[in-house]
Amino acid sequence: MVVIIDYGVGNSTSIKNMLRKAGCAQSVISSNPDEISKATKLILPGVGAFDMGMENLHKSGLVELLNRRVLEEKIPILGICLGAQLLTKSSEEGTMPGLGWVDATTLRFQVDDENKNLKIPNMGWCDVSMQKESRFILDLPADSRFYFVHSYHIVCRDKADVLLTAKHGITFTAAIEKENIIGAQFHPEKSHKFGLTLFKNFISNY
Amino acid sequence: MGRIRVIPVLLVKGSGLYKGVKFKNHTYIGDPINAVKIFNDKEVDELIVIDIGATLGNKVPDFSLISRIAGEAFMPLGYGGGIKSLDQIKRIFYEGVEKVVINTSAHNSTALIESAAKTFGSQSVVVSIDIKKNLFGKIEVYTHSGTINTHKDPVQFAKEMESAGAGELFFQSIDKDGTFAGYDLPTLKKITDKVSIPVIAGCGASGLEDFKMAISEGGASAVAAGSLFVFVGKTKGVLINYLSNNEINQLNNG
Repeated sequence: MVVIIDYGVGNSTSIKNMLRKAGCAQSVISSNPDEISKATKLILPGVGAFDMGMENLHKSGLVELLNRRVLEEKIPILGICLGAQLLTKSSEEGTMPGLGWVDATTLRFQVDDENKNLKIPNMGWCDVSMQKESRFILDLPADSRFYFVHSYHIVCRDKADVLLTAKHGITFTAAIEKENIIGAQFHPEKSHKFGLTLFKNFISNY
Repeated sequence: MGRIRVIPVLLVKGSGLYKGVKFKNHTYIGDPINAVKIFNDKEVDELIVIDIGATLGNKVPDFSLISRIAGEAFMPLGYGGGIKSLDQIKRIFYEGVEKVVINTSAHNSTALIESAAKTFGSQSVVVSIDIKKNLFGKIEVYTHSGTINTHKDPVQFAKEMESAGAGELFFQSIDKDGTFAGYDLPTLKKITDKVSIPVIAGCGASGLEDFKMAISEGGASAVAAGSLFVFVGKTKGVLINYLSNNEINQLNNG
């Protein structure tokens, strides 16, 4: 059972729709600890501000359970957009610590001399380039593009955790993967066949 | 810079898909869900769906229709029509929509725009600016699907919406709608010169050249079209279509 974690932040229905299209009819949107305890895979969605996301996660009382499931039992988890940023230790957007499962921080895009006309948020489609091999990006066409909406981006301390990069002024981390933990800065659930491929991989290869 | 977004605009009324000329004389052209499925296969960058019957019919958004549309939209989706409250916006996002397009409710007060931007982020709040030239050539902002003149100045209104927290503006020229006569570039340019948020050019596109001009001369960040993507030929036969990959490359590489 794939559980899309419902903590009041995010577009869970879109993710459920895409999972259905990817052939996974069994997903649920839930904040129920029993269901999360039984989940074989987790998806952490998220749209909005970092602190609001962390606050809601703490209020839901799920953080301890999630720590156990992800860090000890090592079940696969996919964080999407803010959900990916929450996997990091901290964000320039807020003051609260993140889940900290990946040794990374979340920084704001900088408008500087080199990038004077940089639009923030980065909203639209970006091409990605693969930084390492992974089951998650298997069969992904070379010309893949994904839909992004974000003002902050993840910076990994260990470059080996970087899975995909994209360009918005600078080259930034578009997806991360460390053991059972995957984070996508973009919205695979809104990225046509490219996102569909990732969901199929997440369902079948993990 | 990422690729220029090219956005088909679908108009719905009741459960049908419609298209008109100059915001009037809407004719039935099919089933919206089917159109969304086709646009999905064509891998469109983004889609905007506007319920033209909601505000005029004094109705709330049709959440069941929104849910069915979102269930088939595996691309970013914007919805507009009849939105009056934060609760409605929350429900619309829950159903799988990324952006709300607000017009009438942005005029009386900026409160809804402000609270929506604060709650859901500016990137999810689009304000549509529907403009029309009066007999003396003055351009004014309209609401209620183009039926009520607010006598507001488009540039002034655009700036107000930006400071209220709108993340994007959807520029629509009522006089150009459905005419294939090209965008109203001068008015578009006046707006894009004065705001820093992205502006989507709408109404009047007849093809790739208009898209290019909306970006280069109009200063738009994205382009939208209705008739162009649902009709084909002089007789306006209904055919859901989109740019070819070749055209998309031309648009993005100058």
